[in-house]
Amino acid sequence: MRLSGSGGGDIVKNTTLARLIAQLGGHKRLLAGAILGAVTSVPLGLLGPVFIGQAIDGIIGPGQVDFAAILRGLVLLGITALASAALQWLMLVCTRKLSAQAAQRMRRQAFAAVNAAPLQRIDGHPHGDIVSRLVNDADAVAEGLLQALSQLLPGVITIVATVVLMFWLNALIAVIVIVLTPLSILFARFIARRTTRMFRAQTRAQGAMSAYVNEHVREQALLRAFGAEAHSAAEYGALSEDYFNANFKATFYASVANPGTRFINALVYAAVGIVGAVLALNGAITVGGVSAFLAYANQYTKPFNEVSAVLAQMQSAFASAERLFELADWQPEAPDADDAAAPAHSAGHVQAQNVQFSYDGVTPLIRDLSFEAKPGQRVALVGPTGCGKTTVINLLMRFYEIDGGEITVDGADARKIKRNALRGLYGMVLQDTWLKQATVRENIAYARPDATLEDVMEAARAAHAHSFIKRLPNGYDTVLDSGGENLSAGQRQLLCIARVMLEKPDMLILDEATSSIDTRTEMLIQRALEKLMQGHTSFIVAHRLSTIESADSILVMDAGRIVERGTHAQLLEQGGFYAKLYHSQFAPS
Amino acid sequence: MQVVLGPVFKLIEAVLELFVPLVMANMIDVGVRERNTDALWRGGILLVVLAVAGVAAAITCQYFAAVAGGHFGRRLRSRLYAHVMKLSGKEVAEIGTGSLITRLTNDAVQVQHGLNMTIRLGTRAPYLVIGGLVMAFVVNWRLGLVFLVATPLIGVVLLLIMRRTLPGYASIQAQQDELARQGGENLAGARVIRAFSRQKSEEADFDAAAGQLTRQLVRVGRLSAALSPVTGAIVSAAIVAIVWLGGVFSFGGSSSPGEIIALVSYMNQILLAMVVAAQLIVLLTRALASGQRLNAFLAVQPAVVDGPGAAPQPGASAVAFRDVSFAYYSGAAPALSGLSFTVPAGSTVGVIGGTGSGKSTLATLLLRQQDVTAGTVLVGGVPVKDYTLAQLRGQMAVVPQRAALFTGTVGYNLRLGAPGATDTDLWKALHTAQAYDFVERLPDGLDTLIAEGGKNLSGGQKQRLSIARALVRRPAILILDDAASALDYATDAALRRALAADVDADGHKRTTLIISQRVASIRHADSILVLDDGCLAGQGTHDELLQTNPVYREICVSQGVGVATS
Repeated sequence: MRLSGSGGGDIVKNTTLARLIAQLGGHKRLLAGAILGAVTSVPLGLLGPVFIGQAIDGIIGPGQVDFAAILRGLVLLGITALASAALQWLMLVCTRKLSAQAAQRMRRQAFAAVNAAPLQRIDGHPHGDIVSRLVNDADAVAEGLLQALSQLLPGVITIVATVVLMFWLNALIAVIVIVLTPLSILFARFIARRTTRMFRAQTRAQGAMSAYVNEHVREQALLRAFGAEAHSAAEYGALSEDYFNANFKATFYASVANPGTRFINALVYAAVGIVGAVLALNGAITVGGVSAFLAYANQYTKPFNEVSAVLAQMQSAFASAERLFELADWQPEAPDADDAAAPAHSAGHVQAQNVQFSYDGVTPLIRDLSFEAKPGQRVALVGPTGCGKTTVINLLMRFYEIDGGEITVDGADARKIKRNALRGLYGMVLQDTWLKQATVRENIAYARPDATLEDVMEAARAAHAHSFIKRLPNGYDTVLDSGGENLSAGQRQLLCIARVMLEKPDMLILDEATSSIDTRTEMLIQRALEKLMQGHTSFIVAHRLSTIESADSILVMDAGRIVERGTHAQLLEQGGFYAKLYHSQFAPS
Repeated sequence: MQVVLGPVFKLIEAVLELFVPLVMANMIDVGVRERNTDALWRGGILLVVLAVAGVAAAITCQYFAAVAGGHFGRRLRSRLYAHVMKLSGKEVAEIGTGSLITRLTNDAVQVQHGLNMTIRLGTRAPYLVIGGLVMAFVVNWRLGLVFLVATPLIGVVLLLIMRRTLPGYASIQAQQDELARQGGENLAGARVIRAFSRQKSEEADFDAAAGQLTRQLVRVGRLSAALSPVTGAIVSAAIVAIVWLGGVFSFGGSSSPGEIIALVSYMNQILLAMVVAAQLIVLLTRALASGQRLNAFLAVQPAVVDGPGAAPQPGASAVAFRDVSFAYYSGAAPALSGLSFTVPAGSTVGVIGGTGSGKSTLATLLLRQQDVTAGTVLVGGVPVKDYTLAQLRGQMAVVPQRAALFTGTVGYNLRLGAPGATDTDLWKALHTAQAYDFVERLPDGLDTLIAEGGKNLSGGQKQRLSIARALVRRPAILILDDAASALDYATDAALRRALAADVDADGHKRTTLIISQRVASIRHADSILVLDDGCLAGQGTHDELLQTNPVYREICVSQGVGVATS
C-alpha cells in the first residue's frame, strides 16, 4: 500500500484519492445534497442577467414601455434568484458537514491506529509531527474537501453554463470573451511563477529571523548579564532588514496580480461594450442582451481563478490526506493469542533467558540477556547511559517485543500472557513523571477510575503526598495544568508513586529520577518507594547509592549485555567495570 | 507618508472604476439608442483609458502599501526586540518566554500584514460602496433610493452573521489547541497509559474532543453558508425594484435602459465590495488582536532600571548581603529570607544547598536581574541599585546552570560579553576553562560552527565553553552557578586550580562564587555558605561545617563524602 520512490508517486496519489472518495462514500445523503445543490443553483443564478436583459428590453422609450414583458422578466428573475439562493445554501451546508465529518473520521482512525501501534513506532517518530498530522493535516483535509466540493464543482459548472448562455445570446461576443479572458488567467499564472522564488526568499528570511528570536529571547537574561543587549539588537536588526527587503519584493510583485487581472477584465468589458453597442446598432442584439453580456464579462474570470486556487489547495490537502492515511496504516501490536492467559496475580518470579532485542532489526540493543528475579527480590540495573537499562524495562512490560530468547513470569512465557494482564502485574514509576491534565484524584485513580475518594486518599497518604495535596487550591479536585507544571518535580514523583500505590501491583519497575529534587522531598520519595517495594519483586534502574547498596542483586550492563552481576560488596571486591563506574559516579576522588 | 499615498491612489482607482458603468450607460443611451456613432467610439476609447489609468493607480497604491507595511513592520520589530532586551527577570517570568517569542514573530507579522491589507483592500471596499451609492444618485436619484434600502440591509446581514461566526472561529481555534494538547499528552504518556491499560478511555477522550470540534465547525459553517445566498437574494430583490421602477420612470421619460444597466452594475459592485470587506474584517480582527497584545506588551515597564551611576569603593568587600529577603511573586513564599554574609575581595566562596534552597537566586540578585524585596545587596561596597546596569554587570561574569550557546562560531560565542577580545585572549580563557585541547582539535578551531543550542557538542564541552565565555570578560567577580555538573571530578579539580591562579582585568586576584549541589566542587573554597529553604544554615570551611553543621553533614552523607573520606 505504501510506496516509496518517485516512480510510485502517481500510484500513491491515486490510492489516496480512492481512499478519500471512499471516505466520502460513507456520507451518501450529504454528498447527494451537495452535488444536487451545485448542479441546480449555479445555472439558475446565471440565468439572472438574461431575465434582467429581457425586462430591460421591455423599455423602448418614453411612453413606450411593455410592462407585461418587464413583469415577466422580473418574476422569472425573482423565482430563479430565490431558488438559486436556497439551493446554494443547501449545497454549502451539505459540503461543510460532509467535509468536517469525513475529516473527523479520518482523524479518529489515525488516532486509533497510533494508540494501537507498537511503542517502538511512537518512540521512533517525532511526537510533534504526529500531533500536527492529527490536528493540522486533518483540518487541511477538511478545508480541502470543503473547497473542492463547494468551489470546484460549481466553478466548472459556471464556466460551462456561461459559455452556453453567451453563445445562445450572441456567438461573436461570446468568442471575444472566451478568447480574451484567458489572458488574465495567463497573467496571474505568470506573476505567480515569478513570485514563487521571492516568496521562498521571504520564507527563508523569516525563518532566519524566527530562529534568531527563538534562540536569543530564551537567553535574554544571559544576554543582559553579559551586557550584550545592544549588540544582539543590532544583529536582529540586520536580519529584520533582510526580511524587509525580501518581504517588500514578494509583497509588491504578488500584489500586482490583482490589479493586472482587473485591468484585463476592464479591457474585456470595454471590448464587449464596444462590439455589443455596434451590434446593437445593427440590431444583431438587444440592449438587454448587451447588459447580460456585460454582467457575464465581469464574472467570467472569477470561476477560473477560483478553480485554480482550489486546485492548488487540493494539492496540499492531498498531501495532508496522505500523511493522515500513513498514520492510519500503522500496523497495530500483534494481537494477543486466543489462548493467552490473563493472570490477576503473580508470585513475582521472573526469568530472562538469552533475550535478544534490536530496535531496527540491524543493530542489536540487547544481547544474550539472562537473569533471574526470585519472589520478593530487589534487582538493580546499573550502567552508563545508553547501555540498555531502560530497554530491559520496555521488554519486561512488553512495550517492545523480544527478538529471541524468552522472558517468563512464574514460569509462563510472557508472550503467552495477555498484554494488559501482564502489564497489570507490574507497577511502574518512571523518572519521566507523566500526569494527565485532570484532577489530582483522577490522576491517582488512573489504574482504577472507580476508586473511592477514601481509597485515593489512603494511597496518597501512603505515598506521603497527602500533606501537599491538601494544601493545593482545591485539594484532591485541583486540576493539574498540562501534566502538573504547577507542581515541583518531587511532588510529581510522589503523585506517580501514589498512582501505583492504589494499583497495589505484585511487582515493581522503578526508574530512579536523576533530576535534582530537594533533600526533604527526596527523603519522602525514598520512604514511599521503600514501602511500595516491601515484599514485592522489584526492578530498579538505579542512580542512587542507597538503592544499589540495598539491592539483592545488581546487574551491571554495558552495550546491551550484562557484564557483571552480584551484590554491591561482591562487585566492589571484584574491582572491575562496576567498581570503576561506582568511583566515577558516586565517590569523589 | 506612504500610509496616506496608498489610499489616495486607491481612491483614484476606485473613482475611475466607478465611472465605467456611467460611460457604458452613455454609450447605450446616446450611442445606440440615439444612433450617435461618435459618442459610441468616444465612450469606447474612454473605457480603455479608464482601464489603463486604473491599473496605473492601483499598482502605485500596491507599491506604497508594500513600502508602508514593510517600513512599519521593520520599525515595530526593532522596537519590540529592544523592549524585550530591557525587561528584567520579573517581567520575563510573568509574560513567559514563549509569549515573548510569539509577540516578536507571529504578532508582528500579523500586524504588518493587517496594515498592508488595510491599505490595499480596506480602502477599496468603502470607496466602492460609498462611491457606488453616490454614483447611483448621480445617475438617477429616485432609483438611487433603492440603494439606500438595500445597502444597509446587506450591511446588517453581514454584521449579524459575522457577530456570531467570529467568536465561533475563536472557539474552533481553541478547540484545535485543546486537541493538539490531548494528542501530545497521549503520546508523551504512551507507556503509562499502556501500563495501566487505559488505551480505550484515552481514545474515547480524544474522540469526544474531536467530535466537539466537528460540531463547532458544522455550526459555524451553517451560519457562514447563509452569507452568500442571503446577500445575493437581497441584491436580486433590489434589482427587481430598480428595473421595475426604472420601467415606470422610463414610461414618464425620466429614466432610460442605459441608466438601469448602470445601476444594476453598481448594485453588483456594492455587493462584491461589501463581501470583500466582510472577509477583510475577519483578517483584521486577527491583526487587531495581535496589535492589542503588542500594545499591552510595549506598555510593560521593566522593574529594574539604571541607577544614577557609581564606582566601587577601593578596599571594600567584593560582595555583601545585608538582611536580604526576596520572593519571586508577591505573596509567594520567600526564596531567600534575612540573608546576610560578606565575601572579601579575592576570595573563593562556595554556596551549597538542595534544589529550592535559594542558591541560584543569589546570582539573580547579584546581577540585579531582579531587585530584592527587602535588605541591600552591595558590590564593591556600593548598593547595586546605585550603579547603572552596565557598570554593575561589567564587574561580573556568570556561568549559568544551563550552558546556553548560540548558533555561530566558537569565537562568536566567546566574544559575547567582550566584543573586542583578541584570539589570544580567547585561547587564554579556553586554557583556564580546560577547553583548550578540545577546541584546538575542532576542525576549524575558533571558527568552528556551533549548531543551534550547541547540539554538536557534549554537555561537558558546552559547560567549558560557557566558562571560557565568562572568563573572556576578565571580570572582578565570577559567578559559577552549578557550572561544573557535567564535568568529571578530575576536570572539575583542574578547573578550580586554574581559576584560582587567574586574575581579573586589573591584575587583582579574582573573587569567585561557586554555586553547586556537589560537595566536591566547593569543599576547597575559602568559605562555604550553606543554604536551606532560603535561610543561611551556616558559613565556614568544609572541616568546620562538617563538625558543626547538621544540614551540611546531611548533604555530605547523602553524597557519600563522609563515607569515602573518613
